[in-house]
Amino acid sequence: MKKTAGWKKIVLFLFFAGLIATPALLREVEERQMGERGMDRETALQRHGVWLQEVSRDVGIDFVHHRPTLDPLLEHIHEQVASVGASVSITDYNRDGFPDIYLTNSRFGASNALYRNRGDGTFEDVADSSGLARLNEEGVGVSMGAVWGDYTGNGYEDLFLYRWGRPELFRNLGNGEFERATREAGLPEWINANTAVWMDVNRDGYLDLFIGGYFHEEINFWNLESTRIMPDSYEYATNGGRNYLFLNNGDGTFEDVTESWGLLETRRWTLASTSADLNDDGYVDLMLANDYGVDELYLNDRGERFRRAGEESGLGFVPKSGMSADLGDPFNRGELSIYVTNISEPGVLMQGNNLWVPSGTRDGLFPVYRNLASSLGIERGEWGYGGAFGDLNNDGFQDLYVANGYVSAEPGTDYWYDYAKVVGGNRQIIGDARNWPAMNGRTFSGYQQNKIWINTGSGSFREVSTAIGGALSLDSRSIAYADLFGNGGLDLVVANQNGAVQVYRTTARPDHEWIRVQLEGRPPNTSAIGASVTFFWNGMAQQQVVTAGRAFSSQSERTIHFGLGTDPELDRLEIRWPDGKQTILRDLKPNRSITIEQPEN
Amino acid sequence: MSLTSSVTGFNPKELLKRFTAPLLITLILLASHLSFGILDSLGHLMTAILASFLTEAILHRFLFGSWRDLSSAYISGISAGILIRSPLYWPFALCAMLSISSKYVFRYNGRHIWNPTNFGVVMILLFASDYAAVLSIQWGSQMWAMLVIWIVGLVTVYRASRFHISAVYVLSFFFFGWIRSWITGDPYLAEISAITGPMYQLFVLFMITDPKTTVRSRNGRMWVAFMIALVEFALRLSEAVYAPFYALFLVGPVAMVLEDLWTTRNRPRSESTHSL
Repeated sequence: MKKTAGWKKIVLFLFFAGLIATPALLREVEERQMGERGMDRETALQRHGVWLQEVSRDVGIDFVHHRPTLDPLLEHIHEQVASVGASVSITDYNRDGFPDIYLTNSRFGASNALYRNRGDGTFEDVADSSGLARLNEEGVGVSMGAVWGDYTGNGYEDLFLYRWGRPELFRNLGNGEFERATREAGLPEWINANTAVWMDVNRDGYLDLFIGGYFHEEINFWNLESTRIMPDSYEYATNGGRNYLFLNNGDGTFEDVTESWGLLETRRWTLASTSADLNDDGYVDLMLANDYGVDELYLNDRGERFRRAGEESGLGFVPKSGMSADLGDPFNRGELSIYVTNISEPGVLMQGNNLWVPSGTRDGLFPVYRNLASSLGIERGEWGYGGAFGDLNNDGFQDLYVANGYVSAEPGTDYWYDYAKVVGGNRQIIGDARNWPAMNGRTFSGYQQNKIWINTGSGSFREVSTAIGGALSLDSRSIAYADLFGNGGLDLVVANQNGAVQVYRTTARPDHEWIRVQLEGRPPNTSAIGASVTFFWNGMAQQQVVTAGRAFSSQSERTIHFGLGTDPELDRLEIRWPDGKQTILRDLKPNRSITIEQPEN
Repeated sequence: MSLTSSVTGFNPKELLKRFTAPLLITLILLASHLSFGILDSLGHLMTAILASFLTEAILHRFLFGSWRDLSSAYISGISAGILIRSPLYWPFALCAMLSISSKYVFRYNGRHIWNPTNFGVVMILLFASDYAAVLSIQWGSQMWAMLVIWIVGLVTVYRASRFHISAVYVLSFFFFGWIRSWITGDPYLAEISAITGPMYQLFVLFMITDPKTTVRSRNGRMWVAFMIALVEFALRLSEAVYAPFYALFLVGPVAMVLEDLWTTRNRPRSESTHSL
């Protein structure tokens, strides 16, 4: 066999060296593009249009979340099982015009907090006097999250609290107090849920309730009968908690219609849910982010049942670890995309987050989505939890905040090896907690920094968390937006697992204008949950929806916030109410909040 | 049969032999994807296959002046498509290109000494771990699926006279798993859990049995399989997530070189293929 010429060998080795060097070169390019570390307020405002300042202590919020204690049989992996429960949900519970904050705790004896917004930039915890504090007790379980919605139609937002334990419904009496309404409501005795969402699935005007089960509902974490509680597959698990759909009868009771509505066909580990009318047929649909499996999209069939459409729509085929689901309109095309966070750990697991962007319909029935997270630069998160859209800098394009981090324990240690050696195995092995190696205080995807991706408006996002004062490396879980301080900016509340809540006061560039829309629905759905609002300006259209439950275990204020950028040319506001009727408003002025009541006809 | 075998010749038996591996890996991929959706996207897989084809074709033409049968490149490409996990496209292409390139760059006495896919995967883990990972926890955990893959795979390696390699490795793995369990205090099932997953199925059935990168004697191959398990044991104690890939990466070439040195010392080599 003939010898290869020397120059060819040189070319070959250069080619090979180029291949080896490729990742390093790409990394260098990326770092140069990122480039910006910490900067001062003025520079951040100039460059990114926004500055965040953590103000929790200054405004009177000193809440600290405590993770649950569990059965001693789980002691060796306690931190990874007890890894959720820090949640935040925002509403104006007392109708004084200021958004209030509800935070859940997860240890027996630890109180939840209801921070009433005094309207002067400070808050006071009124959970005790409201009856919403002492909700983590033996026998009933611990809080995992809460969603607000006026299910009685009296104009005041009621509270549904989901637990690992007994779910609870609290009726808002309108005088600052709440009363338990669980027993007459007909809710299940015990669930292990991490998500719930209010929505009017049959358009009868009353808010119905979806609850997503995570761990199996037969598991009592404080009295385990078996250690076979873990997922039977890391990517194809079939032993998750039961999901529930309760139809509101309008008399304080609910009817369990889960099976007849088609939501009992799978047993996935649902970790997040959100709802909106995604196929424009006038009925709200349901999006579920499932851990250990594929996500699911349920299309509402004319208010009679849900039909699974995940595979047909393109978003329910590749299994990942769905942790959060949120709706946004990042391109200002007047249509909703779905952002789902997953898990990525360099060198071990690279799932990438998903941005499902509508790209047409199939058979005239199913909305079809394409995952464009990679091309927009919002794919590479870490161990993701809540990921939610909101226009932080009021430039007219929705930005994205993504919470990251699983278990921050002993610095410099890592549980990933032990985790990886087990989870690839057969269900008989991984399904039993006894087979899992002890964590022994090790960190597990901990100390990860949350992402703040600013939408450049030209089809890409830029990570700026450090640059704009928002660097945070706690084990963040749930995030919610609201204009807490009445300055036309979307402030941010981040609930952290086993840590202190962080409240960020947002300052957007003063020349970036905005408009806020508060919808007052006609009773009984006074919350106008399910309404869609599309704002048209500068030749663009941005759609937002009123939801009661979004991202991971969170709920942002019901008021819809539109950033408008500089010198906007406003056109019109289109509101599609939950009953399908439409309202169109023109002659709008920026930099103000408007309240719109649902017309009778 | 192996992920990287390629055979020349045009009689029916040779044709069957040549296409058995590509066909098998394609069938496993199709069955797995249709059952479980193991591929993030077909685009990623096609990227790997295309990159593999182009690299093989161009390098072979450039170095030897002739076009080469691409069945081996197909297997390397499809292996990269299965094993690499990344939301990005370029790691798939890079893994495939590195795999193919290694066959031309690292040769000893006329043959390549690394299993190409193993080389590509290890390079990705070493140099691009912040962009990509390797299949480790996907592919479901249904017992029937696992049994089907093991049975089909073991029958195939048996017919290719490579069963002894897989058998020695698996037995060694179970033995070293027991020792690890004793050392670390973790449950024995935790230590052997990984071998019931898809990464090991590909590794045991296809990668360590590669005829091109295994030693020639039957006893030698069994010793090499044992040594791979031993090195993996040590790497696992150091908490290397992808210990089997690193172990094969380290042991495979050393065994090949030692065998050649031994053979050269005792009798002159007669066969040789392309050489650089």
